[in-house]
Amino acid sequence: MASFVFRRLIAAVIVLLAATFLMYMLVALSGDPLKELRESSAPNKIELMASLSQRLDLDVPPFFRYFLWLGGVGQCFVGACDFGVNVQGLPVVILLQQAMGSTLQLVTGAQIIAIIVGLIVGITTALRQYSGYDYTITFASFLFFSLPIFWVAVLLKQYIAIGFNNWLSDPIIGVPIMIGISIVSGLLWMSLLGGASRRRWITLGVATASTLALLAYFELTDWFTTPSVGIVGVVITALAAALGVTAVSVGLKDKNAVRGALVTAAVGIALYYPMTYFVFRSMSLPLFFALSLGAVVVGGAIGYFLGGRDRWQSARTSAIVAVIIGVVIVIDGHLLYWNDYVNSSRVNGRPVATIGSTTPNLGGNFWIQGIDTFTHLLLPTIAIILISFASLTRYTRASMLEVMNQDFIRTARSKGLTQRTVVVRHALRNALIPIATVIALEIGALIGGAVITESVFGWSGMGRLFQNGIDHVDPNPVMAFFVVTGLLAVIFNLLADLLYASLDPRIRVS
Amino acid sequence: MSDPNPSLQVPLGAGNQLDESSIEQRETIGLSQGQIVRKRFFHHKGAVVSIFVLAFVIVLAFSSVGIHVWGLNTPGWWPWHWNATPPLVNRGIPTLNLIPGPGFGIGPHPFGQDEIGKDIFALVMRGTQQSIMIMLLVGLVGTGIGVLIGALAGFYRGIGDAILMRFTDVIITIPFIVVGAVIGRSIGAAGLGAAVLGLALGLFAWTGLARLVRGEFLSLREREFIDAARVSGASDARIIFKHILPNAVGVIIVSATLLMAGAILAETALSFLGYGVRNPDTSLGLIVAQNVAAFATRPWLFWWPGIFIIVIALTVNFIGDGLRDAFDPRQKKMPSAKTLSKADARRVRAASTV
Repeated sequence: MASFVFRRLIAAVIVLLAATFLMYMLVALSGDPLKELRESSAPNKIELMASLSQRLDLDVPPFFRYFLWLGGVGQCFVGACDFGVNVQGLPVVILLQQAMGSTLQLVTGAQIIAIIVGLIVGITTALRQYSGYDYTITFASFLFFSLPIFWVAVLLKQYIAIGFNNWLSDPIIGVPIMIGISIVSGLLWMSLLGGASRRRWITLGVATASTLALLAYFELTDWFTTPSVGIVGVVITALAAALGVTAVSVGLKDKNAVRGALVTAAVGIALYYPMTYFVFRSMSLPLFFALSLGAVVVGGAIGYFLGGRDRWQSARTSAIVAVIIGVVIVIDGHLLYWNDYVNSSRVNGRPVATIGSTTPNLGGNFWIQGIDTFTHLLLPTIAIILISFASLTRYTRASMLEVMNQDFIRTARSKGLTQRTVVVRHALRNALIPIATVIALEIGALIGGAVITESVFGWSGMGRLFQNGIDHVDPNPVMAFFVVTGLLAVIFNLLADLLYASLDPRIRVS
Repeated sequence: MSDPNPSLQVPLGAGNQLDESSIEQRETIGLSQGQIVRKRFFHHKGAVVSIFVLAFVIVLAFSSVGIHVWGLNTPGWWPWHWNATPPLVNRGIPTLNLIPGPGFGIGPHPFGQDEIGKDIFALVMRGTQQSIMIMLLVGLVGTGIGVLIGALAGFYRGIGDAILMRFTDVIITIPFIVVGAVIGRSIGAAGLGAAVLGLALGLFAWTGLARLVRGEFLSLREREFIDAARVSGASDARIIFKHILPNAVGVIIVSATLLMAGAILAETALSFLGYGVRNPDTSLGLIVAQNVAAFATRPWLFWWPGIFIIVIALTVNFIGDGLRDAFDPRQKKMPSAKTLSKADARRVRAASTV
C-alpha cells in the first residue's frame, strides 16, 4: 500500500512538472506582453517597457524563465512561496489567497447541495425505473447536460433576480398559480412514492391539499413580506425530521431509535425560545460553530443513551435529527432580520443580487451578513447545481440499477427483509462505492470548473485571476491558478483510487 | 467483421447456450452486427428524432447563408449577409409568426434584428455553421489522436504504453476550458480563423478517448481470434486495423459523439469569454456574449443563439445515448411491469376470442 502511494506520488509529481511546463510555454508564447505599452503614447514608454521586462524577466527566453518560476514555487517547501508578480507588480501569492477564498465560498455550498440532490434523485429514479418520474428526470438531465452555463446564468439573472425582486415588492401568488403549484407538487410526490393505484391517488390528494394549505397560509399571513418559521414551523419540521430520518435509516419498528429521535426533537423545540431570544442576539462565527458541534454531540448522546441494543445506530439517527432542527432554527434566526436586510439603504428592497460576492459597506451583525452571503450565492449556486446535478444523477442511477439487479439483492429479498433494509443496507452501500470516486474526481475539478460561472456573476475569484492573466499575457497568475487546479486534480485522483480500494475489498492496489 | 463467429460475440455476457438466452438469440439470429446495431438504434426514439433535427439544422445553416471557408464562397438562398445592415423593420422585432391569421409566415426578418439592423437569422445561421464546424473538427482530430495513442499504447504495452499514458495524464491535468482559453487567445491574436481554432482544440480533446481505446485494446488483444490471426501470419498493422479496431468501433463511436457534445459547449463558452471565434466572424457563443446587455430590451438576440446551442448539444447527446444502447446490449431496456401486464391481457383476450 505505502509503496503504491509512493509510486503514484512520484508519477504525479512528474506529471505535474510536465503539465506546468507545457502550460507555461503556451501562455508565454500566446502573445506579446509588451503590446499595450508598445502601442501607448506615454512619453516614458521606453522606461516603462524596460521596467516591466525587468520585473517579469522578459529578457530571459520562456524556456529558461519557466525554471526561474519553478525555483520560486519550489520555495513553498521551505515555507516561502514565491509565485512571482503580475503585470501590475502585485505579488501573486496574495492575489491567489484572496481568489481561493472567494472561489471556495462560491463552489463549496453548491457542490454539497448538488451531491445531496444528485444522490437522492439518482437513487429514487433507479428505484422507480421506467416510471414517468424516471423518464422526466432522464430527459431533464440530458437537457441540463446540454445547457450552456453562461446562457442559463443570464436567464437566472433576468427571471429569478429581477423578476423575483419585482414580485417581492407586492407578493401576491394568486389562486390559479397556487392551484397549479399544488397539483405539480402532488404529481411529483405521487410519482416519487409510487405504489398501487389506490395509494397513488391518496398520495396525490394529500400532497396537493397540504401544498395548497401551505401556500394559502403564506398568502393570507403575508408571509413573503415578513417571513419566519416560528414555533409552529419548528415543531412540525422537528417531528417530521425525527420520524422521517428514523424511517429511512433504521425503520420505525425500532422503538428505541424512534424514542431517541423524538426526545431529540423535543429538546430542539424546547431550545427554540431561549436560543432565539438570548443566544442569537450575540451570535458570532466561533459561537456558531460551537453550537453546531454541540447540537451533533447532544443529539448523538440522547440517541446513544436511549438507543437500547443498537446504540450507535440510534445515536447517528438522533444526531442527524439534531442537525436538521438546528438548521431550521438557524434559518429562523436569519429570517428575523430579513426585513432589516431588505429595507436597508444598500439593498433597497431588491434582495437577490446578480453581481459580486457581498454588498459593499453593508455592515450589520452575523445574521445580516449571513443573509447577504446567501442572496449573493443564490444565483451562481443554482447555475452550478443545474450543471453538475445532471451527471451525478446519471451516475448514481446507473450504479444503483447495477447493484439492484445483482444476486445478493435477490437473496436479501427472499430472506424476507423489508424494502427499506434491502435498499438502504444492502444496495445503497454498494452503489455508493463507485459514486464516491466520481465525487472525489468532481471535487478535484471544482475550482477549475467555475471560470465561466465566476465571469458571468462577476466574482473576483480564481477564474478572474486566470482570465486577467491570459488577457495580459501574464504567465504568473495563470500558473498560480493552474498549480492549484492541477494539484487538486492530481491529489483527488489519487484519493479516488485509494478510496475505491479501501471501500471495495475486491480491489487490490498494486 | 474479422471475428470468426460474430453471433457468439454479440450478446455480451449472455453466454452461447441457446436455452438460456433464447430471447436474445431470437432477436439477433441471422443478423450481422451492423444490422443488429442499426435495428437497436432505430428503436431509440429520441436518437432517431435527434438525427432528423440535427440534419435539418445543418442543412438549414449551410444552405441559407452559403458556405464561406478557406476561399470557398457559395451563395445561400437567404437574402441577407450576416454582416449586412438592412433598415430596421418594426423596431427589429422578430417577424416569425406561426399563429394562423394576419401576419402569418416567416416575414423579412424571422428572428428579428439587432439595434443596427443586422438580420439575426443570418447571424445565427453563420454562428451555427461555425459552431458545428468547430465541433466536427474537434471531434475528428480528437478521435483520430485518441484512437492512435490508445491503440498503440494498448497493443504494444510495455514502456511505450507507460510513456503514452503519462503523456495522457499530463494533458488530462489541464482542464479543457483552460487550455482552450490559452490557445484561443493565441489564435485570436494571430488572426487565424475558426477552422484553425477547431483543429487546435482537437489537439487537446483526445485524452478520455485514448484511455478508453487503450482499455479496449488491452482486453481484445488477449482474445483467441487475435491469436488465430497472429499464427496465420498477420502483421501488427493488419491485426490492429482489421481485427481489433472493428471490434472496438462501438466504444469509439459513442465516446466520439459525446466528445462532440462537450466540444460545442466548450467552444460556445470560449467564444462567450472572448477566447474563441472573434469579430467580424461569429459563432453562437459570441452572439450571446455580444447581446447580453440588450437582454431586457431585445430578448430575441439572446434566445435564438441559445436555443440553437441547446438543440445541437441535446441532439448530439441523444444520438450518443442511442448509439450506446445500440452497441452495448447489456444496457438493454427491460419491458416494464405495465407493458408486461398489458401483453398478458392481450394474450388472454386473444385466447378467449378464439
